[in-house]
Amino acid sequence: MTYTTAIFYFFAAILVFAGLRVITARNPVHAALFLVLAFFTAAGLWILLEAEFLAITLVLVYVGAVMVLFLFVVMMLDINLDKLREGFWDYLPIAGFVSVLLMIEMALILGSRHFGLDVMATPEPHPADYSNTKELGRLLYSDYVYAFELAAVILLVAIVAAIALTLRRRKDSKYIDPAEQVKVKRNDRLRIIKMKATQKPGAGEGGA
Amino acid sequence: MSDFLTQFAPALPEIFVLAMVSLILVIDAAVGDSKRYLAYVLSLATVAGAAVLTVRDFSTMPVLALGGLFIDDPLADVLKLFLYLTVAMVLVYSRDYLRQRGLYKGEFFVLALFALLGMMVMVSASHFLTLYLGLELLSLSLYAMVALQRDSSVATEAAMKYFVLGALASGMLLYGMSMIYGVTGTLALADIAQILADGTDLRIPLVFGIVFIVAGLAFKLGAVPFHMWVPDVYHGAPTAVTLFIGSAPKIAAFAFVVRILGQGLESQVAEWRDMLVILAVLSMAVGNIAAIAQTNLKRMLAYSTISHMGFMLLGILAGSQNGYGSAMFYVLVYTLMSLGSFGMILLLSRAGFEADKLDDFKGLNRRSPWLAFMMLLLMFSMAGVPPTVGFYAKLAVLQAAVEIGYVWLAVAAVLFSLIGAFYYLRIVKLMYFDTPHDTSPIAGSADSRVIMSANGLAVLALGILPQPLMAVCVYAIDASF
Repeated sequence: MTYTTAIFYFFAAILVFAGLRVITARNPVHAALFLVLAFFTAAGLWILLEAEFLAITLVLVYVGAVMVLFLFVVMMLDINLDKLREGFWDYLPIAGFVSVLLMIEMALILGSRHFGLDVMATPEPHPADYSNTKELGRLLYSDYVYAFELAAVILLVAIVAAIALTLRRRKDSKYIDPAEQVKVKRNDRLRIIKMKATQKPGAGEGGA
Repeated sequence: MSDFLTQFAPALPEIFVLAMVSLILVIDAAVGDSKRYLAYVLSLATVAGAAVLTVRDFSTMPVLALGGLFIDDPLADVLKLFLYLTVAMVLVYSRDYLRQRGLYKGEFFVLALFALLGMMVMVSASHFLTLYLGLELLSLSLYAMVALQRDSSVATEAAMKYFVLGALASGMLLYGMSMIYGVTGTLALADIAQILADGTDLRIPLVFGIVFIVAGLAFKLGAVPFHMWVPDVYHGAPTAVTLFIGSAPKIAAFAFVVRILGQGLESQVAEWRDMLVILAVLSMAVGNIAAIAQTNLKRMLAYSTISHMGFMLLGILAGSQNGYGSAMFYVLVYTLMSLGSFGMILLLSRAGFEADKLDDFKGLNRRSPWLAFMMLLLMFSMAGVPPTVGFYAKLAVLQAAVEIGYVWLAVAAVLFSLIGAFYYLRIVKLMYFDTPHDTSPIAGSADSRVIMSANGLAVLALGILPQPLMAVCVYAIDASF
């Protein structure tokens, strides 16, 4: 076993363990932290595959930004775990059956018979001065520029949808615009009306 | 540099639509509630402008562009023109309905146009990547549109179901695509077709890939056994959104299936034909039988969609140009009928009242003989009664199935459509022989009545003269394959 193979198995074992813990951990904060671990080890595997740029982006964007946001959301939400787990055991047999089936299928396909080294040769390693980032950038902005723009449009739709579904203007808000406030005139607020005196002057101070 | 720019030329309609959506987004945010009609008018203008651009650059030959991600062929151009027409009709039908329910906002139009853009991308995709991105653009817009009526718990639940099952379907599709990629080493449909035609040793991953792709496609089409979301989403969504989901995306889904199965996996027709046979038979059976038990028209039409998708698959599973042509004819005709029947629900609805129960159609003939006649034409066409166009659509796909020797399949399809005729004719009976219990006048604005009349009469006219539309479909398929 070479050095890289050992590292691969090390990362892969942690990744599988972390992935399992994400769905089995009772505490949602723990689940989110295990997801961080899973991303981290996946980034390690990508480095082994010479995809350095993707690995670093995964750590920076997912671990650094998205997961922190995730943690905040999980902490702020009042999640009732018992309600979420309702029906877990009822659905377990069918869910287990489907996942075992999927696992068998994956084993059938991904086994060394179809994609092993004797069928598909190991790709040539790139020289040390090869820039992964530059290649990705070149492809993204030339051959795949259409797909890249489409992905941007999808993000725009996500923004529009998120705002359309959550923006609410409160009807009971007591907010006052200061600009309106200083423009107010006496006549807007005060109305002087003439009316007859209802009490004789000096008749009694007892009422006050 | 000019080289770089000229390669975008075939995608001019897409670029135009995207630019206009962005413009509408900005304008709508700037104007007040009294000027909401601006978004509506600009949306119609966008659709018209895109139609002009598509007609101007109509390509008679398949042209690959944008690094092989985009294809401009007669099939794409013809389908895009029908997409524009469908979206424009949806906008006109739903205007009053949206206004009465406080949904007459820029978001609806912006999301509808984004969905249109997604469908255009799907229709002229020649690469797994663009197919998938177009599908996601369409789906995301649709999920948001279903949830747009925020105060309705039914709509929110429908959106949730749609979102979760849609994400699952996308996952299956991607999984299948990744297996095909593993087998062929490319994502471009033309290259995949070339490599698979030469033969491959990796049979098992290829077949599993096809299984996952077909399952994902069936989810998106709403074919049995992947149909669970259809009735709930159709029922729960605001009717204007149901009208949208039930019409234009079916055209895009047809293109999606034909591009993947017909163009990419053409040589594997023996593998996917049997899967489509199962989907088609189950869809026609479950769709037609379950529709009988419905009392809500939106739900009934949802089950009817499932059965119609089964019929469309009959054409595709033939795996021949004739079959694809008849399936295209079927899906265009179905879109027309679906527009009309959901449009009728919108037309009969008014503020605070949804005309989506079967009972709401009782005695429609006494309230408005003309609208009742239009609905009669639409229902006859859905059931496949001559001389309406639904008859020819069914005949064409049945011929395609018989041509490849699936006579039993054609017989089963006829039997199920006979069962289906019951619930379509029940509406005709309700309209003509029952007494109305709701005698308030029908609101519907003048323009939506005109569109409804055109819609109903088109179903009749195309039934008497189906040749022109059929010729267009045959031309589009022949020139693109």
